[in-house]
Amino acid sequence: MGMLESILLTIATAATPLLIAAIGELVVERSGVLNLGVEGMMIMGAVTGFGVALTTGSPWLGVFAAILVGAVFSLLFGFLTLTLVTNQVATGLALTLLGLGISGMAGEAFVGQPGLRLARLDIPGLSDLPVVGRLLFGQDPIFYISIALTAAVAYFLFRTRAGLTLRSVGDNHTSAHALGIKVIAIRYMAVMFGGACAGLAGAYLSLVYTPQWVENMTAGRGWIALALVVFASWRPWRVLAGAYLFGGVSIGQLHAQAFGVGIPSQLLSSLPYLATVVVLVIISRNRRLTMVNTPASLGRPFVPDR
Amino acid sequence: MRIELVKRPQHSALFSALSPFIALALTLVAGAIMFALLGKNPVQALYLYFIDPLREVWSLHELAIKAAPLILIGVGLSVCFLSNNWNIGAEGQFIVGAIIGSILPVLFPEFQSWIVLPIMLLLGIVGGAAYGSIPALLKVRFNTNEILTSLMLVYVAQLFLDWLVRGPWRNPEGFNFPQTRSFHEFAILPELLPASGRANWGFAFAIIAAIVLWFLLSKTLKGFEIKVLGQSPRAGRFAGFSNARMVFFAFLVSGGLAGLAGISEVSGAIGHLQPSISPGYGFTAIIVAFLGRLNPLGIVAAGLVLALSYLGGEAAQISLGVSDKVARAFQGMLLFFVLASDTLIHYRIRLVGRQAAPAAEAPHGNA
Repeated sequence: MGMLESILLTIATAATPLLIAAIGELVVERSGVLNLGVEGMMIMGAVTGFGVALTTGSPWLGVFAAILVGAVFSLLFGFLTLTLVTNQVATGLALTLLGLGISGMAGEAFVGQPGLRLARLDIPGLSDLPVVGRLLFGQDPIFYISIALTAAVAYFLFRTRAGLTLRSVGDNHTSAHALGIKVIAIRYMAVMFGGACAGLAGAYLSLVYTPQWVENMTAGRGWIALALVVFASWRPWRVLAGAYLFGGVSIGQLHAQAFGVGIPSQLLSSLPYLATVVVLVIISRNRRLTMVNTPASLGRPFVPDR
Repeated sequence: MRIELVKRPQHSALFSALSPFIALALTLVAGAIMFALLGKNPVQALYLYFIDPLREVWSLHELAIKAAPLILIGVGLSVCFLSNNWNIGAEGQFIVGAIIGSILPVLFPEFQSWIVLPIMLLLGIVGGAAYGSIPALLKVRFNTNEILTSLMLVYVAQLFLDWLVRGPWRNPEGFNFPQTRSFHEFAILPELLPASGRANWGFAFAIIAAIVLWFLLSKTLKGFEIKVLGQSPRAGRFAGFSNARMVFFAFLVSGGLAGLAGISEVSGAIGHLQPSISPGYGFTAIIVAFLGRLNPLGIVAAGLVLALSYLGGEAAQISLGVSDKVARAFQGMLLFFVLASDTLIHYRIRLVGRQAAPAAEAPHGNA
């Protein structure tokens, strides 16, 4: 396997968790809800996935448990913001802080334990193709899920009636409610989908990317996923492009560290975070573009009049 | 069963006062359940967490040490949150304040004079405020979301500090430990009551900051401006208030106070720079700000409560064998309950049975 090929391969593994978490959050935000708890749901998924895989011996069970826990954990956020109409920004932060706290507590027994890795899925025949074979057809199964998820969400949002309904809820919840659409119910489902995706992304980190448990191992990826949604101006395929761009930056700086280019490793490690800031600035300086694309009801509280 | 919110005609003064206490009570109940699940005696555990640290004088001093940064950062954040600026990067501003404030004792250790400490504190404030002004500038100039930029800068600050103490600022006589040289005596924040414990002037700064900001918020035009722009930027514009200037004001105040907290912590409690100088004070202070209902005097009380959870976490780790991470879970739960209880201020909560639903179609008599 060539150098370039192996770099591209690792970019995909760095991009996949960002992509999955960001696609989930995109659906949540398209429904008009801003859930800043992605980091918290992701870390809950990571600790659950690792723990369940370790105790049952099955990484797949770990993945499913992580999805479930992510969705259930997001319900806490849903209950507060949708039923009790609390401030979405503050509640999302609370979800992140709670997730980091609980995962640190629950994961204490797993620190230093060797983890299980989700097996690679080779597509027979195709994965032996030169150059692209291993890259496109010899990845871990969640990589394929992430691509399929992007396509499915893009299709759902822009080609189905249910997707149109979801977007209408996000753009004008008052009108949607007047048309008889169940705004709160749709938002609950969107929030749970986002939670499930974040859980899956977390499990990817602790079962594929680095099969071990380290406290705070998400290291801000949940926040980068949130930034990706803005970067992508709420469009699924652009999220994919953004995720691979960020995967590229984080892998590039890792390789630069390995080669020992005279820049201190800590400064290289801060590149993905700085890149996030720079990208956000570039995107948001175009006020009209942001205004047109942002779901109009994003973050606004909604109390149905009965 | 369904939960329905009924808007109160006026916000409830009773529940504004009660909601932090409801939240604390709910957190205690949830905590008791959590300890029971962990197989510990809940009464004993809660006693160890929240009563035991209050019984000895030295431990009250430790409480003041932990509460000082939480209160300093928390009151600064109240200005931000009231004016609808979501600065969640206080942890980074804390770190940069500590770094800039440490320039004198680390790089010029031979410069020893009583003036060193005041300069350090000033540089700490300037450093924190400057770092806080980055998200403010990006928000005003480029319309960039301040939540994400301020948070990203936390990671950058942490990595920068890590590089400094392992690289250029490492103590040359320090046996390769990742820390700077120890601060000389003129760079150490004095203790308040050296006879009884280690609490330092950082706590006094916190109380002073809280009183000043309380006065600013409740007695001055600036305070009114902060609240108007926070609740309705449009109304604020009609009143001639500038939102752009307010963004800078909020970030400079909260960044400066976080920076002061950082340099106070380093020169008071630690005595040198090291890779990790904060157990997440900048994030816990968000909880402090909300538990104190964004009122600086309430934040003093809330800061003491959350400082207690840190101390209790350490105590419980020693005597119960539960991880000190439990404290973090506690803090997260507390914020959830605070936010949920705040709903009671603006809404009455009604439980509606399924069969009662059609009755709601009658004229909106009870809406």
